[in-house]
Amino acid sequence: MSADADSTAPPPAHSAPPAHSAPPAHVAPPAHSAPPAHAAPPARSLPGSGPERRHVIAAIVNNKPGVLNRVASLMRARNFNIESLAVSHTDAPDVSRMSITLRGDDVLVEQATKQLYRLIDVLKVQELTTEPTVEHELALVKVRATDATRAEILKVVELYRGRVVDIADGSVIVEATGTEAEVDALIALVRGFGIKELVRTGTVVMTRGAQSIEEATKR
Amino acid sequence: MTIAGDPAKPASRVSHVPNDGTAEAARVEQARKEMLSDARPLKRTRIGADVVCEALLRQGVDVFFGYPGGVVLPLYDVLGDYPELRHVLVRHEQGGAHAADGYARVTGKVGVCLGTSGPGATNLVTGIGTALLDSIPMVAITGNVAASLIGKDAFQEIDINGITLPMTKHNYLVRNADELPRVFAEAFHIARTGRPGPVHIDITKDALQQETRATHPTEAEVVAGLPGFRPNFDGHPRQVRLAAAEIARAKRPVILAGHGILHARAWDELRAFAEKTQIPVAHTLLGIGVIPEDHPLSYGYMGMHGWKHVNRAIQSADLLIAIGMRFDDRVTGNVRTYAPYARIVHVDIDPVEIGKNVAVEVPIVGDAKRVLEALIPMVEAVDPAVRSEYFAELAAWRTESEASRWHGSGAWRDGLLSADYVAHRIGELTDHAATYVADVGQNQMWLARYTGFRQPNSHVSSGGLGTMGFGLPAAMGAALGRPDRETWAIVGDGGFQMTFQELMTLVQDRIPVKVALFDNKKLGMIRQWQELIYAGNYHSAHLLGPDFAKLADAFGIPARRATRPEDVDEAIRWAQAVDGPALIWFEIAEEQNVFPMMPAGKGLSDLIEEWGGVEE
Repeated sequence: MSADADSTAPPPAHSAPPAHSAPPAHVAPPAHSAPPAHAAPPARSLPGSGPERRHVIAAIVNNKPGVLNRVASLMRARNFNIESLAVSHTDAPDVSRMSITLRGDDVLVEQATKQLYRLIDVLKVQELTTEPTVEHELALVKVRATDATRAEILKVVELYRGRVVDIADGSVIVEATGTEAEVDALIALVRGFGIKELVRTGTVVMTRGAQSIEEATKR
Repeated sequence: MTIAGDPAKPASRVSHVPNDGTAEAARVEQARKEMLSDARPLKRTRIGADVVCEALLRQGVDVFFGYPGGVVLPLYDVLGDYPELRHVLVRHEQGGAHAADGYARVTGKVGVCLGTSGPGATNLVTGIGTALLDSIPMVAITGNVAASLIGKDAFQEIDINGITLPMTKHNYLVRNADELPRVFAEAFHIARTGRPGPVHIDITKDALQQETRATHPTEAEVVAGLPGFRPNFDGHPRQVRLAAAEIARAKRPVILAGHGILHARAWDELRAFAEKTQIPVAHTLLGIGVIPEDHPLSYGYMGMHGWKHVNRAIQSADLLIAIGMRFDDRVTGNVRTYAPYARIVHVDIDPVEIGKNVAVEVPIVGDAKRVLEALIPMVEAVDPAVRSEYFAELAAWRTESEASRWHGSGAWRDGLLSADYVAHRIGELTDHAATYVADVGQNQMWLARYTGFRQPNSHVSSGGLGTMGFGLPAAMGAALGRPDRETWAIVGDGGFQMTFQELMTLVQDRIPVKVALFDNKKLGMIRQWQELIYAGNYHSAHLLGPDFAKLADAFGIPARRATRPEDVDEAIRWAQAVDGPALIWFEIAEEQNVFPMMPAGKGLSDLIEEWGGVEE
């Protein structure tokens, strides 16, 4: 959110991901030298049963027909819960980039990245959840507007650094960009006026600094 | 290549004429040759279909399994020009896919199958899925309608590329003949490299017909063109050191050997490793043959229908060294209670398998052979005396488990023939030197438990997908892959009735498979679950079958029926003496169960051991 917004603004952009609240699921039970005859054995941890959180993955893939289908099919078949998936060209014409957000524990998301790597058309996968990143998405919101509310809508939108991109009789279209949380916040604020239509692009993400996942991709 | 005008076939080529040798057959064959020589142009251009044949030959394919159809006819039109490439005409595309699978399992080479568009392609699907779940190198080829008709719901058009996408390692749709050399080279490279698996190539009819001058790429060009496919073969040295340290500390270690050992051809290394460290080897279903079962360190088959002593050893182990296996649910049962005292070293070439089903302490991503080669010099040689207490306990468990009543349960139970005895005798009378192909169900478990395996790649079984009907067609491919070995298909009456049309392929292509039909007039494993888990509600477990001796006779296959234990040896020897395919109809006890059994969802310590079928 913009620096000049008031103090009741939604959470700051680029907030650090939540720290691990519990040990990772793959920590082993303590080793036993020999099984005692009667002691109840400790239960083995189950991969994928740890605390869930939101993860962001960037994938560099061949720009070929069907690659999006391969990724989507894999995610469905392996029961990974995608929150958003954004695909676009990169500067190289034969390579596309996907930004995937999904929910799950750390083991599950590691599985997802490894499964993605199995696809021949996937060249590079990077989990960016704990990296310093810029994360943005864009939303268009068609808000119901009357002569009585239009001015108020415009004011709210301006305050939240949204843009009004269309004004018509009975509606305005608001464009919001920012992190998922920022876009959520703006949508929540205009909801009271009545949302006629809503579309979001899903998060796109890039690491901060000079490092480049595209340059790191073996070609 | 040059296309000769003379259609005469080399003498080595197997005849495809029924009733071969008779005067009528000779007349038909002569007429066919004359027809062909008239129809075939003396010189013609190289088309996509030629590229397919060239590519198969370049990849060392000597036999493949197919079924023609409208859109693949351009390929069948040129096949006669490549006599080195043997085409086996199957009776159903599923049989072709399983045959390619069986061929791949016994040879380690890539198996190839072919079907036409639409139903031909969908019929291959079960076989492709079977290959995927068992990591079998396979290239499945289908034709499709002309590129201009794709998406128009043309005759026999189906989106087979979309269907095979989630069940192949990779798949292709080729619309242009110029792409064929690269696609075929990539497909074979992907199918056999790293963790093997099936690759599907869909080719439009016009691509098969187009003229092309495209050349075949070298292996280096193929690798360079696949930047997204770089399997890791060498285990990380730090991880290998950690594994050696775990092994040095362990008091009750067990090696869990899987199919990956066979894929990597690492059986000698496994044996050397086990002998040096004096660690007993348990194997998975598909790991059968990684170590001879009569080797002192071979401890046996693990899992749902594995030996009780093996599962006990795993449940009390302090270290599991898992190599080339994936901790499948049939191996672990309930993961929470699996091997509760064990730390785990897991070696697998596919990083996905690490931590997928169980959490492990020391993951090593690499080829089983290379990792073992690195590990062996890093471990201390262990004096067996150090493990005397451990070995004594294992030996006692084994004696107890093998002496109990479900082992080799004798020939008679209330006057009936018992299946485990038959499996045991087949192993003995073939000197444990044949290829043994299982179907799915009780027959598969009896074979796995009682036959006794001595050689790698001598056991063929649909472990992952559990495909009924797999046995007979897979045996067909296995017999062609290893003609130096006898090939036995051990099938139940259920699975056999799914694919027995391939008996005709055995006859037409003279494939000498010996079929041991275990007929209990039941879907035996279904009946067993219904008895033990569904309170004896035997819905649809009873299976009416034909007179299998008459059936075999109708196909022209000699058959013999065996109903008593004293018939067994004689029948097996009779089948061995038959020159060509033969069938033995074993009418076995109808209500025999496979014990022990771990009910689904339970743990390895919760085995059902009681004899529930025929009362003693």
